[in-house]
Parts: sequence; structure tokens; C-alpha cells
Amino acid sequence: MKHTIAILVEDLPGVMARVAGLFTRRGFNIESIAVGHSEIPGISRMTIIVSGDEKVLEQIIKQLNKLIDVIRVRDIPAENIIERELVLVRVHVDSLPIRSEIIQLVEIFKAKVVFVERNTMTIEMSGDEEKVGGFLNLLKPFGIREIVRTGRIAITRSSKNGLKV
Amino acid sequence: MELSGTEIIVECLKQEKIKVIFGIPGAAIMPLYDTFGKYEPLPFKNILTRHEQGAVHAADGYARATGEVGVCVVTSGPGATNLVTGLANAHMDSVPLVAFTGQVPTALVGNDAFQEVDITGITLPITKHNYIARKVGDLASIIKEAFYIARTGRPGPVLIDIPKDIQLAKGNFNYPEKINRKGYNPSYRGHIKQIKSAAMKIMEAKKPVIISGGGVINANAVPELMKIVIKTNIPVVNTFMGLGSFPTNHHLFLGMLGMYGQYTANQLVSNADLIIALGTRFDDRITGNLNQFCPQADIIHIDIDPAEIGKNISIKIPIVGDLKNILQQLNNFIGGKEHNLWLQELQEIRAKDPVSREDNDPLLHSRFIMKALNELFKGEAIIVTDVGQHQMWAAHYTRVNYPRHFISSGGLGAMGFGLPAAIGTKIGCPHKTVICISGDGGFQMNIQELATAIYNRLSIIVILMNNGYLGMVRQLQELFYDKRYVSTLLAGNPDFVKIVEAYGGIGFRVDKQEDFFPTLEKASRKNQFVLIDCHIPAEENIFPLVKPDSSINQMIGVD
Repeated sequence: MKHTIAILVEDLPGVMARVAGLFTRRGFNIESIAVGHSEIPGISRMTIIVSGDEKVLEQIIKQLNKLIDVIRVRDIPAENIIERELVLVRVHVDSLPIRSEIIQLVEIFKAKVVFVERNTMTIEMSGDEEKVGGFLNLLKPFGIREIVRTGRIAITRSSKNGLKV
Repeated sequence: MELSGTEIIVECLKQEKIKVIFGIPGAAIMPLYDTFGKYEPLPFKNILTRHEQGAVHAADGYARATGEVGVCVVTSGPGATNLVTGLANAHMDSVPLVAFTGQVPTALVGNDAFQEVDITGITLPITKHNYIARKVGDLASIIKEAFYIARTGRPGPVLIDIPKDIQLAKGNFNYPEKINRKGYNPSYRGHIKQIKSAAMKIMEAKKPVIISGGGVINANAVPELMKIVIKTNIPVVNTFMGLGSFPTNHHLFLGMLGMYGQYTANQLVSNADLIIALGTRFDDRITGNLNQFCPQADIIHIDIDPAEIGKNISIKIPIVGDLKNILQQLNNFIGGKEHNLWLQELQEIRAKDPVSREDNDPLLHSRFIMKALNELFKGEAIIVTDVGQHQMWAAHYTRVNYPRHFISSGGLGAMGFGLPAAIGTKIGCPHKTVICISGDGGFQMNIQELATAIYNRLSIIVILMNNGYLGMVRQLQELFYDKRYVSTLLAGNPDFVKIVEAYGGIGFRVDKQEDFFPTLEKASRKNQFVLIDCHIPAEENIFPLVKPDSSINQMIGVD
């Protein structure tokens, strides 16, 4: 089972290492970790995707809560969540017809071409896991040169379920 | 008021009413030691150990014996890495410590400078929290926070790394009165509904057992536990860390639980219908095979650390909070109980317990030595142990009637703990008799601390259980590795009496049973550091025991 865990942490040096280290040392399987500033100065939000059963999830949350720099931890239920991932992908383009084919795909997926060279195009795209996966799959036959993904970030649908200090 | 970083540290230690620090200087902590030299008088004792591991174990022993925060101060690099075992040890056993490490100047941090090591990175998983001070202005609040974190909630070690230039820099000294960390709010009050349902369960139970862990001692909840036991007649087992939380000579005391636990304790827990687990983390040495751990029992688990609840076994009624508080409340909701049938079952099981049996072995063996200690000191001495067979013999046979009177490395099982921990204990409790029970293996892992003990005129009695082997490993080789005794014979052991004498202490050698008690009496009158080198049979084993992965009621060595 995959879980999306939202965390509020104090924005201090080494916090990322503390959180990531906890996962490694307790043997929890971490799939993605993303961190950035929150709306509150000095406090960052983290989104961590982990897999494990309910028991593992409970331990992860409890152990995270023990870290002094961690302010809040919450497992966000799937039905309650808006998830996004940003991906930058450079794809091989060897002819004009292919270029237009890719541009069509870009339009369908509401992606964006951010850089064009003679033989490649670099595309920016964001969406949930399914959409990003689908888009990359369609690009694959053209020849993907490089993929850079941010890992997933997530926010609750409703403000009343939001994670606050 | 402008002070240097090091003066700020000393002022903070003064504010925290620290009475003693243990440590060794080195280049990156020189400014701090230099400041110690300038203070007239220095507001705390400064004990020079002979190894940094000795310093941290001594601070640990001091903390366990007194309940106060232990402090150690060492230099960067190797000084800091030598703390690793001691910090892990304190972390596993929830001991409040604050360790100060020197660090290379901030400008050199990250450059692989001489004696530089990323000690906050190294100690991340073995401290409750750690800091690197990057500004002199942060020092006071970091130190305040460190002591607060070390001693509150579930206690633990905290490390503060201080670069040399920060020690020398000048800053304003303001000791903050309050701590405000949004992410650190230990809960002390238990959930009242849970406490009530626990009380109900306790009143309904026919075969209840209390497992009393180290948390009972940390929370100073020993009187509250006793009150409940007197009222309800529920028998008590101790975890290893819980030794001292309930008097071992009480008729409702069953012994220690677990792999090296006692027969009565393991059987009673396995037959129980209700387990009331207090401040214990259900370590694998306690539970044995998890699937077969007390199959018929519902478990009430009370602990200050929510992460311990449900970590290893599933809990019927969890209560998070301070044990003293919760046991007081619990006491209000429970009435008197007799439990005659259950206690009768206890008597029947106890009759089979090899630990309670008398034996007529004429050799100088472990039980005889432990019982002689009981006879002379009547359970009033503080017993400090090293790690190994002697540790388990001590846990089985010595009388421990008070909390903080059995000091031993539980979770980490760190050989070398005994002697330095006894030093910390004696400094913390100078008016108590301190007995250090050690093995010839563990003793040699921090033997250099003889200098610290003897130079500081600490009257500790070391009972050296000398069998010429790494005894516990030898026993495992005998039982589970077809008696292939590889690398457990301690060939080349020195004459320990001469060693102690060389350091300026007193040494006795005892080979025969009849000589032990008179020697012990003599040692206790000396009021000096005395080592009694007891030559015990090499083949003596610790029994009974549970084979790894077995259920705890299946014990080897009962008949």
C-alpha cells in the first residue's frame, strides 16, 4: 500500500537528513521525498510517499513525530488529496513530422515545450502520477534522452483537512 | 554582558546546576578547558578520564545513579568518535546525557581538516537530538534546549558540537527561561478514558501480571507501583532495565523476564490473562518469539513514548504519558483484590525455578559470590555491572531493593561499561557502597579507567568474575555451536591484582569459596579502591535460558 505523508518541519540545517535517515535506519521503504518552504516563515512542508501496511505506517508516523524538528505529521487519505509531480523531459526529435506529433501530445497533456534544439525538445509537464506516467510512456518511442522528476507533492482537497502548525 | 563562547558554556552549566563533568581535552576543545582553568572556583568537578568512552560511560553511570543529567566534554575527531558507543548505550537505555564536542573552526568545517569529523551526522541515529552551534549567540539557547530535551519526555542523550571559533567568539549571555520548540511536546497526562478502561480490565482479570520496566525508574514511579501492588496483589516481573523498580525480596516479585530471565517470571507471563506493561519497549530479549508471547493475555501498555506502543506487539489498551501521573490516577479507579488462586499457581511454578533452589556446589561459583554480596550489604549497595555472564548472574541473584541501585548496560550490551559507570556512580553517590561486578573480558575493555578511579580516591569494590573466557560467548559456543571455542579463551590475561596495585589500588585474589566472604569483608572496611579477582569455574553457565526464537516459557536448564 502506498501512503502519502505530509510533514511540517522547522526549516533548519540537517532536517532532511534526519527525516531521510530515519526511514533508512528503520527499514521503511521511501519512494519519493520532496521538500520546500511553506506559507509560514521558518517552516517547511515535506511530502513523502512510502509503501507499507497499516502497522508500518503507524510506526513511521510515530517515529517521525519523535524527531525534535518535526512539528506535525499526517497520513493523507487518497480520496482527500491533490497530488502533483513536475517532470522535465528531453526527447529525441529527428524529423519535422515527429516534432509536430510531439507538439500535439504536449497540447493534449497541457504540457509545455520549454526548449528546442535541432535534435531535441525539452518539455515541462506536471500532473498526478498517472498523468505523468502516461505522458512519458507516449514519449518513449521517440527516444527519451533525459528525465528529471521532482517527486510528488501533495495538498489536501479541503482546507479543513489541511496540515497546520 | 559580553562573554566568550566558553564562558557562556560554563555559565549555562552553572544555571543547570551541573555538579560534575567527565572528559578529556584536545585541540578543538582547548578554549573550553582553558576557561575551566581560569574559573576560581570552577562551579563543578572536572574529572579527567583516560579514554573518551570512559568519560561518556561515567557520565551515563552518574545519570543512572542520581537521576540527573550526565555531562561529558571531549574534543573533535577521534575524541568525538570515541563517544559513539557510550551515546548509543545511553540512547538504548533512555539515559539523560549532554555531550559537548569540540569542532574545527567553522571556516574549516567540511574541508577534511585535522581531527575533523561530522559528529552530528555520525550520531544522528544514536542521540535523541544533536546540534552544531554556528553562532555564539545561539549557544545559550542550544544548551538550555539540550538539557531540557535530555531530561524530559523519554530521556536520552543530546550532543552539542561547538567549533573552536565559536568557543572563542564573544557574545551576549542570556540564559533563556523557557523552551519553545513546536515539535517537542511530551505528553505527561494519560487519556482518562483509557485509564478508566485499564482499571476495569485490571479488576476483571483473573491472572494479571505487571511487567515493570526502566520507565518506572525514570519516572520515579516506584512508590506508585508499590501502592497498586499492595492493593491488588498482582505479581510483578521486572525487565532487565526495570531491576530496582520493585524490591527483589518482596513476596510478589517473580524475577526478571526474558531470554536470560527467570523461570517463574517467564511462566507466569506466559500463563497470564492480563499484562500490565509499564515503561518497557518489549525488546526481543524480553519477548522471545513474538508470535508466542503471552498468547492468552490482553496487554495494557503505559509509556511516555507513543512510538513504543504497538511497535513490537499489539496492545489492547495503550496509555501515553508520565507513569507516575498515570499510576496515581489508575490507583484511584481500582479496588482491592486477593488473587489467591493465581498466587497459588505462582507458588507451584516457583518451586521448579532453579534460581530459587539452594545448591551445595563447593566451588567458588557465581551464585555463591552474589549471595555473599547480599549477605554483607543487605541490598543497600549500588550494583554496577559490565556485560556478560556475570551481568546475568548479578541480575538473577543480587538483591536490589531500591531504584537506581542496579546499573547496567541493557539495550546495547556494551562491554567495558562497568568500570567507568561505577566511577560515575560513586561520584554521584559518594555515601553509597558501590560494587562493580565485571568479567575478565569486559573489564579489559576500559581497564585504563583504573587510573581515574584510583587517582580520584573512589572507594569502589570490583568483583572480577574471572573465568579466563569471554564467558557468555563461550556458553553460546557450547550450547549452539558444537563446542567450537573459537576466540573466546582469554589467553594472556594479566595478573589483575598486580595491575590494580600498579595503579595504586588494592587487589585480592580468591580461588576458594571459604576465602571469599572474609576477603569481601576486608575489602568493605578498606574505604579504598579494591579489586577482588575471583577465579570462578570456566565452565559455569548462566541458566536457565531461552533459545533464540523460542517462546519464553520454553527454557533450557530448568531441571
